[in-house]
Amino acid sequence: MDKKRTDKEKISATKEDMQTDTRREFIRTAGLALIGTVFGSRIVFADKMPAGLIPVAFTDHPTGFEIPGKHAGLVVLNDKPWNAETPPHLLNDPITPAHKFFVRNNGLVPENINRNNWTLTLEGESVEKPVTFTLSDLKATFKPYTYQLVLECGGNGRSEFNPPAKGNQWSVGAVGCAAWTGVRLKDVLEHVGVKPDAVYIGYYGKDLHLSRDPNKVVISRGVPMHKAMEEESLIAWSMNGEDLPLANGYPLRLVFGGWPASTSGKWLYKIAVRNKVHDGPKMTGTAYRVPCNPVAPGQKVADEDMCIIEGMPVKSLITYPKTGAIIGAERLLKVNGHAWAGDLSVAEMHISIDFGSTWQKCTLGPPANRLAWQQWKAEVKFPERGYYEVWARATDSRGRAQPMVVPGWNPKGYLNNACHRIAVKVK
Amino acid sequence: MAKRSYTQKEHELLSKASRLFNRAAFIGVLIGLSLAMRWAPVSWFKKPELADRPVLDAMAADTLVIDGIHVSSGLIADDRFNIIKANCMACHSGKLISQNRATREGWKEMITWMQKTQGLWDLGENEVPILDYLSEHYAPQVAGRRSALKNIEWYELEQ
Repeated sequence: MDKKRTDKEKISATKEDMQTDTRREFIRTAGLALIGTVFGSRIVFADKMPAGLIPVAFTDHPTGFEIPGKHAGLVVLNDKPWNAETPPHLLNDPITPAHKFFVRNNGLVPENINRNNWTLTLEGESVEKPVTFTLSDLKATFKPYTYQLVLECGGNGRSEFNPPAKGNQWSVGAVGCAAWTGVRLKDVLEHVGVKPDAVYIGYYGKDLHLSRDPNKVVISRGVPMHKAMEEESLIAWSMNGEDLPLANGYPLRLVFGGWPASTSGKWLYKIAVRNKVHDGPKMTGTAYRVPCNPVAPGQKVADEDMCIIEGMPVKSLITYPKTGAIIGAERLLKVNGHAWAGDLSVAEMHISIDFGSTWQKCTLGPPANRLAWQQWKAEVKFPERGYYEVWARATDSRGRAQPMVVPGWNPKGYLNNACHRIAVKVK
Repeated sequence: MAKRSYTQKEHELLSKASRLFNRAAFIGVLIGLSLAMRWAPVSWFKKPELADRPVLDAMAADTLVIDGIHVSSGLIADDRFNIIKANCMACHSGKLISQNRATREGWKEMITWMQKTQGLWDLGENEVPILDYLSEHYAPQVAGRRSALKNIEWYELEQ
């Protein structure tokens, strides 16, 4: 870098940048006036602010940015677009509360949502005839169902891959299990009429591309017909008995438990029934794909050798206690958490306090329904004082257990289901 | 087509109507303004108060640098930071940069991907300083198959 450059040259942004910056300054100034007038002198960023009213300019940079309606303890990885994960100790509830549910957005949250004129259209090569429903049509025509379903970001755990994979560096908290209410996608597809050649469904949502180009689709993924036709696959409008949070897809979204959460399209307004594997943005290339055959860390993989991720692998979390616990001379510790296994269930749960030399079996509860996470608990007795780590390992119904090391490297850093662990000190 | 000329009488009528209209419009605006003054929130007419500070602070924070770190993005604020800000942070948060690590080649691939699919412009002469900045400050660190637990906040657990 030439140190002799003048400041002016250093900031020699292109014309487009200058325009963007000017526009942003304008939005910011206008936004300040707007907030001042609408809310008088008091500004509340959190849940008291009507969802969606925060001008996007305000989400740009504020220090200690919090996502509206979300718990202040969530770790914001990215404030444009909104991406935040939940530290494990905040995930202790069997049903994850809305304000603790992680946020993974690829684009900007849609503005000016009016659920009264929100519609969902089913179309594509493999529907008999395109049909459009209003939200009340959906509720009136089909029977509602509620299921507790795990949603986990495909890239949860990405931060541990080496060489590093690009993207949001999730640690372990891009996961949650809420009670979702909606209609079965299957019922809607059967009502509309699906041709025998149907292969895949693809969703379209109202989120806005980061470039703010309204014609650019942010993300449009989906699932094969067999997953779409499962009883637990929902078109949902409610989370834990309330409207969906804005950041989690209000007013309508798909929910496919146990699959990468990116298949569960948010701000849903269109479902295309395709006669081939859906080819929307983030379905193709390397997005949400892993090498079809294992590769060495850092190896280049051609697009055609990458396969779409379907069910997520077995995984578990220690949600109590929070890591860093110092306990006294009684040397006893109660630990508990959740375990889940993609399309399967969890068969066994173990913990180790000696880095895997010995494993102790935990008490494991059944799932509330298929694809819900399961609660486990155990009591540990530490042999003497010192530094320990409690490691948790779940085993799925087909006998596959979580690895203690980071599993197979892949270019985009998906599917890290390595054991979760917490640090404990005995005085 | 020839332009039709107004008669003297028509002209007078027209200008009278126009004066009347102007006067009515002026009175209308006055009434409107006085109603606005009466009903508008007080905050329209005064500077932001102390309670507005979160927003003001947030705006100030955009330029705040502590210990060489641009506070709100977490990015290293060296002499190339403004180029990064102008070219990268118009679209996405600086946090997307500061949380990632890659070689120069890796960063170049990300830029190419953004240009191909996300509408990023040609960086022109800025590409070299941008790649210098990224590969110097955000290079991969050596890590094994599993790192030691870091940043543990110890606390006494009441049981």
